[in-house]
Amino acid sequence: MRLKNVTNDLILKTATTIIVFLILGFSVYLFFAGHNAPGGGFIGGLMTSGAFVLLYIAYGFQTMNRVVKIDFKTFIPIGLTIAVLSGVGSFLYGQPFLSHTDGYFHLPIIGKAHLATAMIFDLGVYFTVIGVTMTIILSIAKDEGEQVENAE
Amino acid sequence: MLHLAVLAPFLAAVLIPFFYKALRKIHTGWFVLPVPLLLFLFLSTYFKDVWRGVHNVYTLDWIPSLGINFSLYIDGLSLFFALLITGIGTLVVLYSIYYLHITEKLGHFYVYLLLFMGAMLGVVLSDNLFILYTFWELTSISSFLLIGYWYYREGSKYGALKSMLITVFGGLSMLGGFLLLYTVTGTPSIREIIERSDLVLNDTAFPWILILILLGAFTKSAQFPFHTWLPDAMEAPTPVSAFLHSATMVKAGLYLVARLSLLFAGNDLFFILVTGFGLLTLCWGSYMAVRQTDLKAILAYSTISQLGMIMAMLGFGTGVAILAAVFHILNHATFKGSLFMVAGIVDHETGTRDIRRLGGLFTFMPITATLAFFGTFSMAGFPLPIFNGFLSKEMFFESSRHFEHASPLVETVAPVLPVLAVLGSIFTFVYSVMLFFRTFAGKQRDTLEKKPHEAPFGMLVSPLILVSLIVIIALLPNFFNERLLAPAVAAINGEHFESHIKFWHGWGNPALYMSLIVLAVGTFLYLIRTKWESFYQILPGKLSAAKSYDAIVNGIFKGSTSLTRAYMTGSIRSYMAYILVFFIILISVTMTVTDGFAMSLEDLAPLAVPEFSIAVIMAAAAIGTVLMKNRIAAILVLGIVGYGLSLLFVFFRAPDLALTQLIVETVTVALFLLCFYHLPDLKKEYQSARKKVVNLVISVSVGVIVTLVAISSHSTKLFEPISDYFIENSYELGGGDNIVNVILVDFRGLDTMLEILVLGLAAIGIYSMIKLKGKKGENE
Repeated sequence: MRLKNVTNDLILKTATTIIVFLILGFSVYLFFAGHNAPGGGFIGGLMTSGAFVLLYIAYGFQTMNRVVKIDFKTFIPIGLTIAVLSGVGSFLYGQPFLSHTDGYFHLPIIGKAHLATAMIFDLGVYFTVIGVTMTIILSIAKDEGEQVENAE
Repeated sequence: MLHLAVLAPFLAAVLIPFFYKALRKIHTGWFVLPVPLLLFLFLSTYFKDVWRGVHNVYTLDWIPSLGINFSLYIDGLSLFFALLITGIGTLVVLYSIYYLHITEKLGHFYVYLLLFMGAMLGVVLSDNLFILYTFWELTSISSFLLIGYWYYREGSKYGALKSMLITVFGGLSMLGGFLLLYTVTGTPSIREIIERSDLVLNDTAFPWILILILLGAFTKSAQFPFHTWLPDAMEAPTPVSAFLHSATMVKAGLYLVARLSLLFAGNDLFFILVTGFGLLTLCWGSYMAVRQTDLKAILAYSTISQLGMIMAMLGFGTGVAILAAVFHILNHATFKGSLFMVAGIVDHETGTRDIRRLGGLFTFMPITATLAFFGTFSMAGFPLPIFNGFLSKEMFFESSRHFEHASPLVETVAPVLPVLAVLGSIFTFVYSVMLFFRTFAGKQRDTLEKKPHEAPFGMLVSPLILVSLIVIIALLPNFFNERLLAPAVAAINGEHFESHIKFWHGWGNPALYMSLIVLAVGTFLYLIRTKWESFYQILPGKLSAAKSYDAIVNGIFKGSTSLTRAYMTGSIRSYMAYILVFFIILISVTMTVTDGFAMSLEDLAPLAVPEFSIAVIMAAAAIGTVLMKNRIAAILVLGIVGYGLSLLFVFFRAPDLALTQLIVETVTVALFLLCFYHLPDLKKEYQSARKKVVNLVISVSVGVIVTLVAISSHSTKLFEPISDYFIENSYELGGGDNIVNVILVDFRGLDTMLEILVLGLAAIGIYSMIKLKGKKGENE
């Protein structure tokens, strides 16, 4: 956003760099906690996009576009594909669509862990929600920015 | 073979355009001519069977599961009509070869004509009600195409549309009658239905069956008041008028009545409807024909009146009446066919059909005039043994005086019928005489565009054959009676009717005196016609079926337009109001009728202070949103409702919902603010919500209804909730403690999948709306 009255929001930027990681961490926690505690793909996704929105607010489009070279639109098909594939996977075991299973596994670092295939589905939801939220907000906000630029 | 015969015209219709394109030099009619001719010869071979009383049914499966099969049945009546159709069809095709110039769109003409011929054959030969109906509508459609043949003329289009609307209206009514008939008897076969006539006559739906089927027959056969399409159908080329509107299509209604008269025979309602409308049409048609000045219009009204006469005879239902009816169908086909062809020749050779401009053509066109002489006087029923019309007219008089079945109704109306018959015939005589003398006799006017001269020989062949038939039938009526008419009468009447057609019945016969009265009064009325012509200004005056038709059609157009304009206001507010009002009415009526309002206080949780206070705040915020004068303020106040809801979720122990609601509410408010930023400056009217009483009433009603529905649905528990199952099995089956999430991703994962699909679509939609909106001036 190249506005004339751009100010140097030092405090905002500094606070953002710290807070964003907190939010991202919280969102990842929400995502993983989903199966047993409040949380899940949807809220996790919203939280993550909240973190991104904060970054955009603090640093503006130009900076963000240089640093984060992600096209959030691609998140939507990626998420949907993951969700569908997680359902299709159950066909391999002769189960109906979207059958889920779970079990306890020994993972190298974490140790004994309770994993459910529903988590893969949730991951799809997570990605889709990020894609959707960011696409909507960025398209509307960018449009507004462009209009302001054109007006100048 | 018979199936092939019915389908042959359709096959030929497919092939004709190829001949038309490939062989431009030769008139396409020559390729068409063999079709009806061969069919005529082929159908003649069924004579033997029909005489011996062998009635064959030929069935071809079409939709056996519905009992709809292409079954054909040939008896005296079908054969009579089929020969009429193919015979006149041959002559008309021959005539049209000379009548239509090679530069016309002959491909179209002959395709339509062949379609019509095939459909007509199908109508008269079908044994299955629904096949009959299929062919019936096909005759309507092909007739529509033929009337509108010169589609660039306004009159043709009008006439075609009119005939289409009226005959299809009748056809659809007839279908309704057929369906009722099918339900009552359980069979679509006409023969089997007639065998089960007791079932039909005693059924409560009988009047409906009769009226609906008669509507079909009356509209097709141009009976009063549906006759109005026939004069307008005269915009068609003259061969079409000769074929469709005198000899064949208009007789489809007669055929139907004749075919089913065995079913309805002896019924008072049938008698009064068919006879009543027949005689009314006879009198009205002949009365109106005198008024016309166009040759074809006179012939059209004359056709109407003759059809009325035949219809009346079918209504009489006695043996002699049916013989007279069948005989008159044959006679009418011969003389009316020839008269139309003569009218076409006059039009072709002089350039006008207006009898006020014609006259004295006898010297220029002696052959045509002679042909017309036989046609008109046969139509008038002039008592000479060379006019077949006289024979059937006298049988008509004869039959109007005797009725076999004696019911109080018949006895009451019986004395009136001969009077009406004579009255109609007097006017028939007047217009027939007028038609001949005003065209061919008197002085020649020099206002004609062309110098009148005799028609080419080819054009004269067909009317010549028809006129010879007039004379032959008149001289040898019993030859035709035994071979053609008797089997047909037997088919209509159910039993063989012995009869002998005589020219001279002796002095004691009242029918003779009726004929003489017609002759005397008709001549007298013709001679003083200028004295009473002004009577037409009084009756019908402004009344006419054509005007009523126009009024009805225009009324429907105007009415539906204004109706649509009245409710399709284009304002979303009104549509919203319709939807909500409909919702209110539907729900409240349903709930009242089914006694659905229930209120039970058993299952209620105690009211806690926090929930109550949140609810009060939310209600206040909601009311505030409505009353807010500023848009931004309204959005912010609306946010209070959203956050209050998420607090309520917290109190109702729904942490996932509370979290989601919190974030979604934030996003929504932010998006609202973003969107209103985009509203154009000019339209920033900070108007408060419209305080219209209607809105208030509607919204309050909706609120009350929804509240009532919520309360009563909470009060009515039909079965145990499924949630217990989820609570018990969430960990075991889903592997998680968060029941909400396990339901979302595991138990009901498909819903979630489709919801994220919806989200994705929404995002892409918004993106494309904003990014791909196009530059100014394009795609806007």
